[in-house]
Amino acid sequence: MEKKINLRKTIITIIAFIVSIAFLLPFIWMLSTSFKIEADVFKFPIEWIPKRWNGIENYKEVWLGKYPFALYYWNSIKITVITTLISVTVSAMAAYGFSKVNFPAGKFLFIIVLATFMVPQQSILVPQFILYRYLGLFDSHIGLILLGSFSVLGTFMLRQFFMGIHSDYIDAAKIDGAGHFRIFWSIALPIVRPAIATYGILRFIWTWNDYQNPLIFLRTDGLYTIQLAMQKFTSLNGEFYSLIMAAAVSSILPLIIVFIIGQKQVIEGIALGGVKG
Amino acid sequence: MNIEAKTVFEKVDVEVKVKKKKSAIQKRESLTGILFVSPMLIGVSVLTLLPILATFLLSFADWNFIVGFNSIKFVGLDNFKALFENEVFLKSVLNNLLFLLTVPLSMLFSLIIAIVIDKHVYAKSYFKVAFFMPYISSIVAIAVVWQVLFNPTEGPINQLLFSLGIDNPPTWIADPDFALISVMVIQIWASIGFSMIIYLAGLQSIPKELYEAADMDGARAWDKFKHIMLPVLSPTTFFLLITGIIGTFKVFDLIAVLTKGGPINSTTMLVWHLYESAFVNLKIGYASAIAVVLFFFVLIITLVQWVGQKKWVNY
Repeated sequence: MEKKINLRKTIITIIAFIVSIAFLLPFIWMLSTSFKIEADVFKFPIEWIPKRWNGIENYKEVWLGKYPFALYYWNSIKITVITTLISVTVSAMAAYGFSKVNFPAGKFLFIIVLATFMVPQQSILVPQFILYRYLGLFDSHIGLILLGSFSVLGTFMLRQFFMGIHSDYIDAAKIDGAGHFRIFWSIALPIVRPAIATYGILRFIWTWNDYQNPLIFLRTDGLYTIQLAMQKFTSLNGEFYSLIMAAAVSSILPLIIVFIIGQKQVIEGIALGGVKG
Repeated sequence: MNIEAKTVFEKVDVEVKVKKKKSAIQKRESLTGILFVSPMLIGVSVLTLLPILATFLLSFADWNFIVGFNSIKFVGLDNFKALFENEVFLKSVLNNLLFLLTVPLSMLFSLIIAIVIDKHVYAKSYFKVAFFMPYISSIVAIAVVWQVLFNPTEGPINQLLFSLGIDNPPTWIADPDFALISVMVIQIWASIGFSMIIYLAGLQSIPKELYEAADMDGARAWDKFKHIMLPVLSPTTFFLLITGIIGTFKVFDLIAVLTKGGPINSTTMLVWHLYESAFVNLKIGYASAIAVVLFFFVLIITLVQWVGQKKWVNY
């Protein structure tokens, strides 16, 4: 009996593996193309392992060439890291305020914040654009960072965790004379650290991958993020697919690293929070 | 003053003090609460609440923001009239509705994959990562890769079709009849990983006892699927359906990078039309009217979720 089940499981694993390859194939093709010379890109049948190796030259051109990815990488890293830090801080504070500080207006304010959750971000792009032009935040990294810093989703996710903290902890700390800021910092935050990590990683991935906001709120070439640069690069290099693929590989590399490090967190976070925003 | 009266007075005195103290504490607590939530509140007010009001206001206006506030002109419902007379807008709505098909298809595939991964394979974590790859990759990178894969003459997909003896394969995103379907295929491919993870979480929450009881009753796999999995997964299915539908109304990156709404508007969508109207053609009022329509689409679906989760979902 045991053996029979194992055989079945093995066969299903093999079938699933073949299906999964279909999901990975575009990525494998992208990776392999990024190491080729241009003339071999469309060779058929596909050379999965390049015969004529041009990897170093391709990546050098992408990173340090006329349109240097090093700069856009730096922009993206800066924006993503700062946005993530601010967003986590703002969300954690709001989540604590809405769940552990007992004030009558809190419930009402929470409903207002929650209500904004269903506003599709694209519905408010035009006024945001106009507002930014008047405030002088248009075409700046600060403006872009602010756009990503007030996530209702983050507040909502973290609030669930803060609510799970037993109020005895907080009452005990209060009796010992600790104020809310003290309690927030040294009791509540350490308890919800895994949730913070989860949200932080998700916010990192979303911000890194954001294309729409940089497209609308940035004009100056030197301020571009990796996603904008990717597209500009594609339109400039038109037919140089080996270079475009090297750029694409470069642009998703940080995500893969972050994902490998925080795999459990990412998957749990997705399962828990669900929505992409 | 007799003793009784004195104690009563003292009592009242203490009560007043306690009340005073309580209200002082309550005041402090309120102040602290406001301090904690104010960064989020200010951000949400300035960057979401104010703009949503402005969107509604601007949808009734004719305005070119480059000229300044003086030139703003209120035109009533003209923008909305213009919307429903504009073929591109109608095409966008139609495309968005067709695009809805990606939601159930993607859900069906991810449910099958999730069930297989959950119980029937070795190396689960490999499969989780493999199917999840498109979700963590940026849409821009994905779109660029597919653009090349779909290349009509040299792309690997058509080369394969040529080699199989198909002389006139579709030109995919270059062909108005096939472009939307091509984009939908990519969307399904890219969204399966997300739904799969959610379904996996749902499957793992099914109590083992249910299966054990079913086994004792001699239930077949199909019965277990129909009478245990589907009902238990109904909240998950409902959640994915709603978020998926809302997601299709917000599709932008894929269109912007892959097709720019073309060829001949065959892949235009609400948000793409909004973007073009506002930031390419600078028709602020008209674009705001699209934004209002988008807002109501999402609002209606969200309300359906609120009402529906009580009726259709099995918790």
